[in-house]
Amino acid sequence: MKLTRRDALALGLGATAASFLPARAFAAADEAIAEFTGGATPGEGGLTLTAPEIAENGNTVPIAVDAPGAESIAIFAAGNPTPKVATINFGPLAGSQSAATRIRLSGTQDVIAIAKMADGSFVQASALVKVTIGGCGG
Amino acid sequence: MISRRDFLQVGMAASALYGAGGFGNWSRLAAQQALTQDQLLQFDTVGNVTLMHITDLHAQLKPVWFREPEINLGVGAAHGKPPHVNGTDFLRMFGIEPGSPAAYALTYVDFVALAREYGQMGGLDRVATVLKAIRADRPDALLLDGGDTWQGSYSALKSEGQDMVNVMNALGVEAMTSHWEFTLGIDRVTEIVENHLNFPFLGANIFDAEWDEPAYEPYKMFERGGVQIAVIGQAFPYMPIANPGWMFPDLSFGVRQERMAAVVQEVRNAGAEAVVLLSHNGFDVDRKLAADVPGIDVILTGHTHDAIPEPVLVGKTHLIASGSHGKFISRIDLDVRDGEVKEVKHKLIPIFSDVIAADPEIAALIDAERAPYAAEMAEVIGTTDSLLYRRGNFNGTWDDLICNALIAEREADIALSPGFRWGASLIPGADIRREDIFNATAMSYPEAYRSEMTGETLHLILEDVADNLFNPDPYYQQGGDMVRVGGMGYRIDVTKPQGSRITEMTLLKTGELIDPARSYVVSGWASVNEGTEGPPIWDVVESHIRNLGTVSIEPNQSVEVVNG
Repeated sequence: MKLTRRDALALGLGATAASFLPARAFAAADEAIAEFTGGATPGEGGLTLTAPEIAENGNTVPIAVDAPGAESIAIFAAGNPTPKVATINFGPLAGSQSAATRIRLSGTQDVIAIAKMADGSFVQASALVKVTIGGCGG
Repeated sequence: MISRRDFLQVGMAASALYGAGGFGNWSRLAAQQALTQDQLLQFDTVGNVTLMHITDLHAQLKPVWFREPEINLGVGAAHGKPPHVNGTDFLRMFGIEPGSPAAYALTYVDFVALAREYGQMGGLDRVATVLKAIRADRPDALLLDGGDTWQGSYSALKSEGQDMVNVMNALGVEAMTSHWEFTLGIDRVTEIVENHLNFPFLGANIFDAEWDEPAYEPYKMFERGGVQIAVIGQAFPYMPIANPGWMFPDLSFGVRQERMAAVVQEVRNAGAEAVVLLSHNGFDVDRKLAADVPGIDVILTGHTHDAIPEPVLVGKTHLIASGSHGKFISRIDLDVRDGEVKEVKHKLIPIFSDVIAADPEIAALIDAERAPYAAEMAEVIGTTDSLLYRRGNFNGTWDDLICNALIAEREADIALSPGFRWGASLIPGADIRREDIFNATAMSYPEAYRSEMTGETLHLILEDVADNLFNPDPYYQQGGDMVRVGGMGYRIDVTKPQGSRITEMTLLKTGELIDPARSYVVSGWASVNEGTEGPPIWDVVESHIRNLGTVSIEPNQSVEVVNG
């Protein structure tokens, strides 16, 4: 048997997982985060980021954010070629400050969410999401 | 509240070392060197509720030999704790006499000699006898099945799990959870759950992939001994990753810790006075879950096939590990009063098949389920001079044999066999029947592929699997063991991070280091990718054994392990 295209893709995901983590990607993420926070150092608490520990499919990873009282929440995939994923803005009449979406991850990496609160402060939450070849659970 | 009595039971490991007696009769059995059915079933009934737990049967209706692992390394917080204690260390920790029935049941030490002395273990007709005895004592005892029940034998494969469903119904199981069940394909699972199963198929962590809504019942309330008991199900979290997701494309799993916390709260709000988690998470995942999710009284663990003779206490949560392949049943008595569990008493009952009498009704049912396949299963393919077993983090002789078969029959440089933990053992001198080959290989994606992989890809695969086993955070572990490798050696440092654990990959036939840029012919089986092509692995193994006549496995020293 030849490796199918799907095999190659699955293995390719692993390859990027191994090669994407180095500093250059993180630098791009830091830059994108600084752009959102204006350089302020985010605090912790008040923001819940829900993500799977291991992605069932790296091409569509379900994540959710919830930050009561936030004006906006930005989501970053620290290891993706373009780390900035989305910025969600909440108007004054928003019933809740939460959102759920699916994102593509190039490999194992941190997903980072940062919320801008009404008082102008920032809070951050992050989760390590593993993208794996899989296949040997027993 | 944890009662003093409960505390004593947990403290028994220490006192047993000094010969102060034995919780669950382990020491007494050891001293007497004799076994009776009455001894195995002896139990001082406590409280008002009894749970009976069986898990990871892997479709073994009949008694088997099953050698426990020699190597089962724990990393991070689990290092050096059960179930990551093996062999003589295990005997010492639990005060078990070497050579005793308990030593045979629970460790690999002197396995072959003790197997000849104490015989095979398990058999659901023997299990039925134990269940009957417990029910005579406590008629409303609750029987729970932790899953991995419908896969792992010739008859389960051919009947698509029907043999197991029929027998588990007859045993009176009252709830189950799942893992390998889904490898029958979602249509068959739905058919069984809707039309054949007499009890709920629980999974609080199984969701519809598209809408992220619960797909199965998360829990079931039982009124027992005048109190409300909630049984929550937790299926194997990494189903679509460790097994072929295309077989159940619309389902999503995961540990989903927040969901578990919410369900525990929901059942408490609904009046549950005791909360039992019927789990297929794997022991280390459950240990972390118990620490992070309050309010669970008992976790009936599964998936990682551990047998531990005493509960492991995490906060107020008792973790019970009931082994696999029908070797054990756990009996857990609870004293539930004033809305809480006051006392827990536990016994891991070993099913010695030559000591416990078969229940005639269930024995007849098992024979009827097996009858359509009896002739094919019984055919002798060869014999073995070596002990054939599977368990161990890095290799086992069954997989050595399978890798040898792949290299010989498929003309490969390197062979890969998945790190499954299921599969019965065979002792030296035993016939290898077709049934025995299927006990180590029977599953629904058996194609033995042959392809080319670069050295770099092979390294990547080994690193990926190693991280699934040795990531220090249990929520990133999938259970299972390291992929077994034939034709290639390597060195592994389990303490290193992903990407730097595996070094010195060597092609055994030339002694040369593996070249990352070169392509090698690799044969393996159990790919999770749809459309994999090749003959089923059992045909490859059968042909190899026929050619050999008598199997003899050389000691495998191709993996060098560094463990901190």
